[in-house]
Amino acid sequence: MSDNNFHKDSFEYVNPDLVDNILSQYPDKRSATLPLLHLAQTQEGYISNAVVDTVAQITETHPAEVMDCASFYTMFYSRVQGRYILQVCQTLSCSLNGADALVDHITDRYGIGPGETTTDGKFTLMKVECLGSCGTAPVVQINNDYHEGLSKEKLDELLESLQ
Amino acid sequence: MSDFQPILTEHIHQKECHTLSFYKSVGGYSALEKVLAMSADDVIELVKASNLRGRGGAGFPAGVKWSFIPQDGEKPKYLINNADESEPGTFKDRLLINKTPHQILEGMIVASYAIGCNTAFIYIRGEFFKEYQLLEKVVAEAYEENLLGKGILGSDYDLDVVIHRGAGAYICGEETGLIESLEGKRGWPRIKPPFPAIEGYLKCPTVVNNVETLSNLPHIINRGPEWFKSIGPEKGPGPKLFCVSGNVNRPGVFEEPMGIPLKDLIFDLAGGIKDGNELKAVFPGGSSSAILTAEEALSVNMDFDSLAEINTMLGSAGVIVMDEKVDMVQACLNIARFYAHESCGQCTPCREGTAWLSKILSRIASGDGNSNDIDMILEITDNIGGLIDFSKGSFGKTICPFGEAVAWPVRSFVEKFENDFRQYISQEESVA
Repeated sequence: MSDNNFHKDSFEYVNPDLVDNILSQYPDKRSATLPLLHLAQTQEGYISNAVVDTVAQITETHPAEVMDCASFYTMFYSRVQGRYILQVCQTLSCSLNGADALVDHITDRYGIGPGETTTDGKFTLMKVECLGSCGTAPVVQINNDYHEGLSKEKLDELLESLQ
Repeated sequence: MSDFQPILTEHIHQKECHTLSFYKSVGGYSALEKVLAMSADDVIELVKASNLRGRGGAGFPAGVKWSFIPQDGEKPKYLINNADESEPGTFKDRLLINKTPHQILEGMIVASYAIGCNTAFIYIRGEFFKEYQLLEKVVAEAYEENLLGKGILGSDYDLDVVIHRGAGAYICGEETGLIESLEGKRGWPRIKPPFPAIEGYLKCPTVVNNVETLSNLPHIINRGPEWFKSIGPEKGPGPKLFCVSGNVNRPGVFEEPMGIPLKDLIFDLAGGIKDGNELKAVFPGGSSSAILTAEEALSVNMDFDSLAEINTMLGSAGVIVMDEKVDMVQACLNIARFYAHESCGQCTPCREGTAWLSKILSRIASGDGNSNDIDMILEITDNIGGLIDFSKGSFGKTICPFGEAVAWPVRSFVEKFENDFRQYISQEESVA
C-alpha cells in the first residue's frame, strides 16, 4: 500500500454538482473550505496536496491558506488511513469507565499502537479527545458511527462484524 | 425523585419525536406564528425580560446579546447555532438534536427574526455525523412546509439555514474560533472587542447561541417571561439539562430547574456512586470548571450564582463524578493532556503552558516528580490563566477563555487534593 500519495498530480471532484451546491450556500467562497475538504476526503480518504490545490482554486485562496486550515483539524488526514478508523475516546468520563483497557485490547489484538494501521490496511487505531457522549462511556467511533457503552467483549463482537 | 415536569425534553421518549408531524402535534411552531406577528424589538424585550442566560458555558443573557446587534447599517446579520458540543462531560445538545431537532430550529427562526437575519448557520461538530444527516432532513422538511425560505408562513420574512460541519477542534466551540472556522480558516479565536455582535462572520454583525439556549425560546414565547422566571433562581432561571457521567450508577441527561442541589443530581437522579464507593470529587460544569471536593459538592446548588460563589462555574453543566478509587493525579493528567492537545497554539502562555503542565503531571504520575513540581504547576497555571482572583475578576493572558479553562481545573486539583500529589512525590523522595 502506498501510504502517502502526497505528490499525486491532480484531484477532481467526481460530482461537480455537489461542489456547486456547497458554494451556493455561502455568501463567500472561502467559507466553503471545510465542506469542500470533507467532500474531498470522502472521495480520496485523505487530504493530498492535489486536494489542497483544487480547493484553493475553487475558493480563490492560496494553497498555503487551505493547507493552514486543513492541518489544524484532527478529522482531516494527511495520509491514507485504514478502512476502519477505530477512534477510542480517552477523555475523563471514558477513561473512568475503561477506555484505556479498550486501547490496550485493540493493540493486543491487531499489534497496532495509536496512530498505526494494520499491514492489510483494514484498521487504524486512534486515541481521540471527548466525543460528547460521556453518559454512555466508554465510546469508540468507527468511521462515522458511534459505538457506546462498550466492553472488551462488545468491542470484539463489533470488530468481528467488520468486513 | 424529582417531580419537575420536563419542558425541553418532555417528549423525548415518544417514538418519532424528532419528526415535524410529531412536533406540530404537540404545539410546535406555534411560537413562530406568534413571533411573526410581533416586532423584532418586542421579541428581544420579551427574551430579555425572561432572564434567559446562555447554556453553552459563559451564561451571558441571551436577549442582551441580541440587543448589541446594530439595528441600522447595511451589512447582513447572521445567527450561528453553536452545536459544536465538545466540553468534556457534556452531551446534552446531542440529545436535543437527536430527539427534538425542530424545537431547536424553531428557536433558531425566532432568534433570527429578532436580530433581523436572513441566513443562519448550524455549526455542528464533525464527529456528530448521524446528527448532521438528521439535521439535513429536518431543514429540508422545514423548507417544504415554508417554515424556512421565502415569506415564511405567509409573512414577509425570509430565512435560509445552512448546516456547517466542523472537523475536530475543541476551540471551535469558542464563538470567535467558531466564526473563523466557518470562514474557512483555522479556528483561532479573535481578540475582543470588537465583539461578534459588531464584527462577526465576514465582519458582519453576528450572534452565536448554543443549541439548548435556542431550544428554550419557543417555550418563553408561548408561556411568557414571568413563567420562565418562576423556574429556579430569578437571575438565571429556567429548565436546565444537566449531564451526569463518571462513576455513577445511572449516567445521563436530566432536565431539572436551575438551582437543583448537586447532591440530588448525583445521588437521586444518577443513582449514586457505583459499587457503593464514596464520593471524592466532582466537576460541576465540564472539565473547564474548578473541581469540587465531596464536601463542597454535597452542599452546592446547580445555578450560575451559587457555583460562582464557591469559585467554580455552571459552565455547560457537564457533571463528572469521581469516586474514592480515582487517582487525582491521573485524573488531573487526563484533563491537562486534553487541554495540551486542544490548545489552538495561538497564544504562547497557553500553547507552551499546557504542554508543560501535561509533561510535569506525567512526570509526577510516573513517580519521577519532585517537590518543586507542585509550585511549578501553580506558576504555570497563573501564567496561562492569570492570577485568578475571583473578587477582582479574571486576569487572563490569553486571547480567549481557554487559558482560564485549563488553569482553573488544574489549579483546583492541586490545591484541593494536594496530599494526593505530595504522596506521589514523597514516595519518590523517600526511595531516593
